[in-house]
This record gives sequence, structure tokens and C-alpha cells, in this order.
Amino acid sequence: MHSFGYRANALLTFALTILAFMCAIASFSDNFSNQTPSAQIQILNINWFQEEPHGNDEVSLTLNITADLQSLFTWNTKQVFAFVAAEYKTSKNSLNQVSLWDAIIPEKEHAKFWIQISNKYPFIDKGHNLRGKDFNLTLHWHVMPKTGKMLADKIVMSGYRLPDAYR
Amino acid sequence: MGYIGETIDSIKSIQIRQLLTQAISLGMIVTSALIIWKALMCVTGSESPVVVVLSGSMEPGFKRGDILFLHMSKDPIRAGEIVVFNVDGRDIPIVHRVIKVHERDNTGEVDVLTKGDNNYGDDRLLYAEGQQWLHRHHIMGRAVGFLPYVGWVTIIMTEKPIIKYILIGALGLLVITSKD
Repeated sequence: MHSFGYRANALLTFALTILAFMCAIASFSDNFSNQTPSAQIQILNINWFQEEPHGNDEVSLTLNITADLQSLFTWNTKQVFAFVAAEYKTSKNSLNQVSLWDAIIPEKEHAKFWIQISNKYPFIDKGHNLRGKDFNLTLHWHVMPKTGKMLADKIVMSGYRLPDAYR
Repeated sequence: MGYIGETIDSIKSIQIRQLLTQAISLGMIVTSALIIWKALMCVTGSESPVVVVLSGSMEPGFKRGDILFLHMSKDPIRAGEIVVFNVDGRDIPIVHRVIKVHERDNTGEVDVLTKGDNNYGDDRLLYAEGQQWLHRHHIMGRAVGFLPYVGWVTIIMTEKPIIKYILIGALGLLVITSKD
């Protein structure tokens, strides 16, 4: 009962149990943080809007994104992954989501930002449905913890519209 | 030398009944591990409820050696979710984020495009020949939680199988020579 093997085994089991318990508590503590993120997106310019040779519509936009995601960071946060997606409905598809831009925010200090860029990923439709289309721009964020449960949410901004004709 | 003599004596003195009891307890341990695994598969609705991150394509969020807990529900797949999928013909699961979703109206079928956070381009290069989109049946689960570093045990055992054999050999020896 008191050999080295038994003692090492008991110690290791206890250490692992305590470690697992601490990870669970760390993850649970994330539930108590008060989160009030805010964001605004403006479309500065439609750079071009045309039909691809393979037949799908493609549009290039310049976006102005302002956001304050500092309240999402807790002591258990490793990084926040933020991205902007365009969401719209077409006659064939009930929902289309196309990611236009994303960024990894590693620290709280970088979570309040203002950026002006053209879309990082091509905004391509499956078909020719984009002329005159109303769409929402949604800022999604995904909080990735140091350990435990991941959390994702979004802010939906509506009221954007693509031009009626190709440019 | 005395230790070896003792070990040989203990092997010789094993009775059949004791040996059978030990074999059954070993069988019980293996079976309960299997039951827990299958129960997890049922609860999470996914074929493999826990996966190990093998590549650096999702850094700095998920590093090689982290493990991810998966959950698969009937909820529709939406942009931003981290999904684990299998490409036709390859059996290594890939863990990446969904960046484009086109969901059809009536049937609920969905076309999905994924990309690793740390990769420059999207995953079309990883898909099968001529495949442009993933469909629901490719996706094994969504990542809902994670633990860092725990997966290194699996990676070491897969990449250096000699360690696996050494461990199993040592465990077997321990079972045979232990008095209870």
C-alpha cells in the first residue's frame, strides 16, 4: 500500500483530476463576463461588379469597419476571431453567407479598431442574382478560450444594396 | 538477481483461477472504455466526438497537439463555425472554419466552403478532384470546446509506433507480475 508505484499512481491521478477540474472552472467563469461589443460598417465604394466567365456574379467592395470588441476578452481568452459576412437571399437559395474579411485579434488592446480595406475574399454568388440585391453585413466573432467552451455571436447590420447594373 | 528470481517465482505460482480473474478484470476495463466511447458518440451525434489537431493551419487558435470536442446537431451549418470534415477518399479529418454558405430553399441542402485561419487560400485545393463545395454528409461535427496539449500523447503514439509497443508491453508485464 505504500510502495513507490502506488504512491506515484495516486499522485498522478490526483494531479490530473485537479487539472481537469481547474480547466472546467476556468471555462465556467466565462459565463459571468458582461459582453457589450459594438460595430459599424460602411460601404465606401463599389469597385467593380461584373459577371465571371464561368457565369457567376462577382462584386468588389471597399469597406470601412469600426468595431469595439474589448468587452469580449476575459482572463481565459486566447484570441478573438472576427469576420464580416454578407448575407442575402436568392430565389433558389434561402440563405447565402459569403465571408468578406476576417482578422485574428490576439489581445484586448487590439480589439478596438478602425480599418478600411477592400474585401479579402471574393464576393461571388452562385448564379446571377446580385443585381439590385439587398443584403446584410454581419460582424461575427468567435471567442477562442485558453481552455474549454468556445463562444460565438454576431451583430447584424442591414440596409445595404448592390447596384442594379453591372459596372 | 533476487528480483528476477522473485519475478519467476511469482509467474510460476499463478493459479488458473487468479489468472482468469485478472483476464476478466482487464477485459472489463477495456469494455468499459469502449462503452464510454460509444456513449460519447451517441450523445454528441458525431462519429468521432474527440479529434486531435494535426496541422498548424488554424494557428494561433488551435495548435498541433490540442484536442477538440465535437458536437453534431441538425442545426444548419453557418459561416464562422469550425467544422471537422472528411474529404472523399481520404480518412484524415480536417478542422477548418466555414467561410461561405449557400443553402438551398426547399431541400435544405447546403454548399459550404472552408478555409484554415492560418492558410492563405481556401480549401478547394484540399477537396477531391473537381469538387468545389462541401456538403452536409462530409461534415462530421462542429468544434464546441477544446483542451490544449492533451493530444500530444496520441500524436507521439501514432508517429513513433515503437512507443505504443513499449507501453503495451510494460502494461502487460505489470498485469502478469502484480499480486492483485
